[in-house]
Amino acid sequence: MAKDLANSKPKNLKLKKSSGPIEQFSIGRIFIHIILLLWASTTIFPLIWVLNNSFKERNTILLDSFSLVKEPVWTNYITAFTRMNIGRAYINSLIISGTVVVGVMLFGGLASYILSRYNFKGKLAVHSLVMAALLFPAFATIVPVFTMLNKVGLTNTHIGVILPQIAGNLAFAITIMVGFMSTIPLELEEAAVVEGCGPWKIFSRIIVPISKPSFATVAIFTFLWSYNDLFLQKIIIRKKEIRPICALLDTIRSQYGTDYGLMCASVILVVVPVLIVYLFLQKYIIKGLTAGAVKG
Amino acid sequence: MIYKDKKIVWIFLLPALIFLIGFLYIPFFMSIYNSLFNITDLAGVDKTWVGLQNYIELFRDTNIHTSLINTAIMMVLMVVFELGLGALFALFVDGVRRGAKFYRTVFFFPVVISATAIGLMFFLFYDYNMGLFNQILMKFGAEKHLWMNESSALYMIAIPTIWQYVGFYFVIVLTGISTIPEDIYESAYLDGITGFKKTIYITLPLIKGVLKSSLILVITGTLKIFDLAWTIAPKGIPNGKTYLLGTYQYHIVYDAYRVGYGCAIAVLIVVIGLGISLLVNKLLKEEL
Repeated sequence: MAKDLANSKPKNLKLKKSSGPIEQFSIGRIFIHIILLLWASTTIFPLIWVLNNSFKERNTILLDSFSLVKEPVWTNYITAFTRMNIGRAYINSLIISGTVVVGVMLFGGLASYILSRYNFKGKLAVHSLVMAALLFPAFATIVPVFTMLNKVGLTNTHIGVILPQIAGNLAFAITIMVGFMSTIPLELEEAAVVEGCGPWKIFSRIIVPISKPSFATVAIFTFLWSYNDLFLQKIIIRKKEIRPICALLDTIRSQYGTDYGLMCASVILVVVPVLIVYLFLQKYIIKGLTAGAVKG
Repeated sequence: MIYKDKKIVWIFLLPALIFLIGFLYIPFFMSIYNSLFNITDLAGVDKTWVGLQNYIELFRDTNIHTSLINTAIMMVLMVVFELGLGALFALFVDGVRRGAKFYRTVFFFPVVISATAIGLMFFLFYDYNMGLFNQILMKFGAEKHLWMNESSALYMIAIPTIWQYVGFYFVIVLTGISTIPEDIYESAYLDGITGFKKTIYITLPLIKGVLKSSLILVITGTLKIFDLAWTIAPKGIPNGKTYLLGTYQYHIVYDAYRVGYGCAIAVLIVVIGLGISLLVNKLLKEEL
């Protein structure tokens, strides 16, 4: 759903500290903090519960799922890697999402460069085409896309997921990057032209390095959406060896729905890479999501 | 102007345009076209013209009625709780002016987790035997409860969806508040407007734009719910009571192989999405 967010450049998110009355402690303030902390605990506690139970045997979980693990059991993780072959699923996800990120950055970057710099006939039409593309839900395009991929033998392949995912992420990427690139002053490029640089050189040597923050936002988002997107993975890929991680998780749920330990371990294995990305690159993620939704 | 060479324009635009047109626009119009046929296989070989019959069936299909009602209930729940709680927490954090960064990090992180993982997590919470909820009940000496029963199942899908996205709207509203110019607050302070009054008369009116775009996002987002609903309640279990437009369309196309009818449902989803966005836009514009 975040794809609907678009437009304008990322804004500074810092909260102002100086305005308003001087800080004071009051009962109201403490009460508000308690409510906020309660919500915070609802987001943290469930994950800890899952993590804790992923180190237990099924019987121990049934007995008491709250008891803290003293001696972690690795069976669930071993099953996930041997029987479920989650390692293979990681590789598949990495191949798919990695290619999608590169494709979106390259094609989106090129298009954004043109849209932010050139005046040409049909510019408005291209711009509207990009904006309107944000409106299509995957449900509305999936059937013909499947038929098309099936005709050329691309279902059950990585590329079969990669192509529609690139298309699905381009519109968001272009709106973010055009917003950023239009704010770059022209002087550097003018100097580059005097030195005899062509458009490709200007793009790769000047525009891309300066636009790094917007490329980072786009890359992280595209990665998260691609990695997390079950719908497309489920429809295009039905073969075990090609299956990415969310599709595997869906299979585990439907086939091993009572093996609680295994399911806990699988949830942890799917969430951990995303959580690492989030903690390190939080700044870009939040910037990207809020860009455009907030126009003041 | 240094950008005079127009030849390069279309070369650079071409790849992006091919993707957008090839994988979004053409398929979308194909979906509309397909919705006029009876198609019984995914390859689209067996195809017979039926005209508007699929659309007539939309009106008769009781599962569509269930999906529409469920989607409407979800929309209301999402607006009230997702956006409502998100905005409330943002106003709270703005009011106490401490810990904004901590709350943002913690509230937001469910947004980045895959809906499939969250669905599976709540599937475990709801479990009758070992689930988190029943074990909490037992700690307090209460009886175990069947969480996914016919009347409650839809709400059991709503809870994780809300849980996941509160942080998203929290961050958006908080960002909106942070763009309010300092001097407005200062002059309000000089006029003696503080605390609760300040929130009602100054902060809220100034973030109306943000609230409006959030509202449209919540509503159109509800139409796109699939991953989470499918993980918790595949095929509308129990008894098709939890079908949403998205999950029902998936079931029709990929379990029942009624491809043409599925395309008609897809068109319905797009029409509802566009209709509601336009309506919200219009209603709120008049009010502003």
